[in-house]
Amino acid sequence: MKDAFPRGAAAIVGAATFGLGEAPGLSNFDLAAHASVRALAAAGLRPRDVDGLFIVVMDEALAALNFADYLGIQPRFTDNCRSGGSSFQIQASIAALALAAGQCDVALIAYGSNQRSAAGKLISSTSRPSPWESPYRPLRPISQYALAAARHMHQYGTTKEQLGEVAIAARRWARLNPEAFVRDELTMPSYLSSRMICDPFGARDCCLVTDGAAAVVMVRRERARELCARPAYLLGAAAETTHREMSSMADLTVTGVARAAQRAFAQARVRPADVDVVELYDAFTINTILFLEDMGFCPKGEGGRFVSGGAIAPGGRLPVNTNGGGLSCVHPGMYGLFTIVEAARQIAGSCGERQIADVDVAIAQGNGGELASEAVLVLGSEATL
Amino acid sequence: MAGEIRPEEQFFAFLAEGRFMIQRSRESGRCFFYPRVAEPLTGCTDLEWVEAQGRGTVYSTTVVRQKPPTPNYNLALIDLEEGPRVMSRVEGLAPEEVRIGMVVKAKIIRESDRPLLVFEPA
Repeated sequence: MKDAFPRGAAAIVGAATFGLGEAPGLSNFDLAAHASVRALAAAGLRPRDVDGLFIVVMDEALAALNFADYLGIQPRFTDNCRSGGSSFQIQASIAALALAAGQCDVALIAYGSNQRSAAGKLISSTSRPSPWESPYRPLRPISQYALAAARHMHQYGTTKEQLGEVAIAARRWARLNPEAFVRDELTMPSYLSSRMICDPFGARDCCLVTDGAAAVVMVRRERARELCARPAYLLGAAAETTHREMSSMADLTVTGVARAAQRAFAQARVRPADVDVVELYDAFTINTILFLEDMGFCPKGEGGRFVSGGAIAPGGRLPVNTNGGGLSCVHPGMYGLFTIVEAARQIAGSCGERQIADVDVAIAQGNGGELASEAVLVLGSEATL
Repeated sequence: MAGEIRPEEQFFAFLAEGRFMIQRSRESGRCFFYPRVAEPLTGCTDLEWVEAQGRGTVYSTTVVRQKPPTPNYNLALIDLEEGPRVMSRVEGLAPEEVRIGMVVKAKIIRESDRPLLVFEPA
């Protein structure tokens, strides 16, 4: 199969967040605009310079039209990807192709959500309830991920404590990130005693419900260095769609990341051993275990043991979700763009106390639906070109 | 149009008659669920409704916890003997006592004034 990607042809030259946690009084587009202006300013650009606009929000199907209007621009290329939380990785991939083809020169990818202030609960997008699954009152999306976790525990002996290691590692990273929404200490006893929601998940296995916005700016390689001291080049990008109904997922312990990562790593010409930092879409603790296995950091079924003993926490053998993740930093409905921002920041060297030394290769992964759409970006520093 | 498959409407009409019907392609002989107008992958439209045996195995299970006194309930994925997997719940025992690998059989109940396929231990 020919699976070409323009390796290193486009780069992120600006990355920003806004309003992580609580940002009352602002709409989804207000929040996205704050993050966009910041990301553009970091590259010395303004909204009028954007001619490729990529956005998705939870409550507006035609968001790119609204947001172009909001910014006062008439972009040549617009996209509203709706694959859920993986939309942003897919948009980055489309942006790289569009930039390479000359369909746009400055691509802006933006997201904003006021879901905590506006509703105070997880909002599903405007999807029709499944006639086959909704009569059983699944607590979507939590119960679907819980079914995957239960199966993984049954098949591989993964334990509740190993899920706890994921939650505690995320919290320890969050404690190093002034932007993270929840920064108080999380111990194993307090993790284990958190209120059960959907077995085996308790409250601390589930992502936060916050407000927040993010944006990244991409340009072609030739221009990247003039706009940014340490751009994050897109070395590989691949997405896989596996199902929509949970009953259609062939094996609840193997996600589309397995194929997406294999493709993206091949395009990027990197192996797991070359990766310096991994930013995963940790909507639930089981995600981190599944995705690390599927990316090849450990064999299938070994993820629980792999994360044990603080192995993915600060000072561990593999830095994972260095901003604190969806579990402890931010999760405003969709988290995918935040993994890209954190990966780009790690390559830029701007992460302060949580900075990993000499990051050349960073993974930013996105997850959409219920383990249904998986997308993997491999980002690299100038040294990887 | 006569003979046309109307997936959702027909499935629930059968269920209301007390019949758990799934679809089979005459060409491939393969059963699938959920109901569609064409077989997944092959696109075969030579479909017939066949009565499922109703026997299956729990593939995965969870308990949706409720604020007391509302009772917790089970949510499960069941692998049918015919091959397809369905979402449902297992009744007749405490929701946390449902186990992966448990052999179960289907029954049709009424809930919210609609027929509903659930399972109980075989």
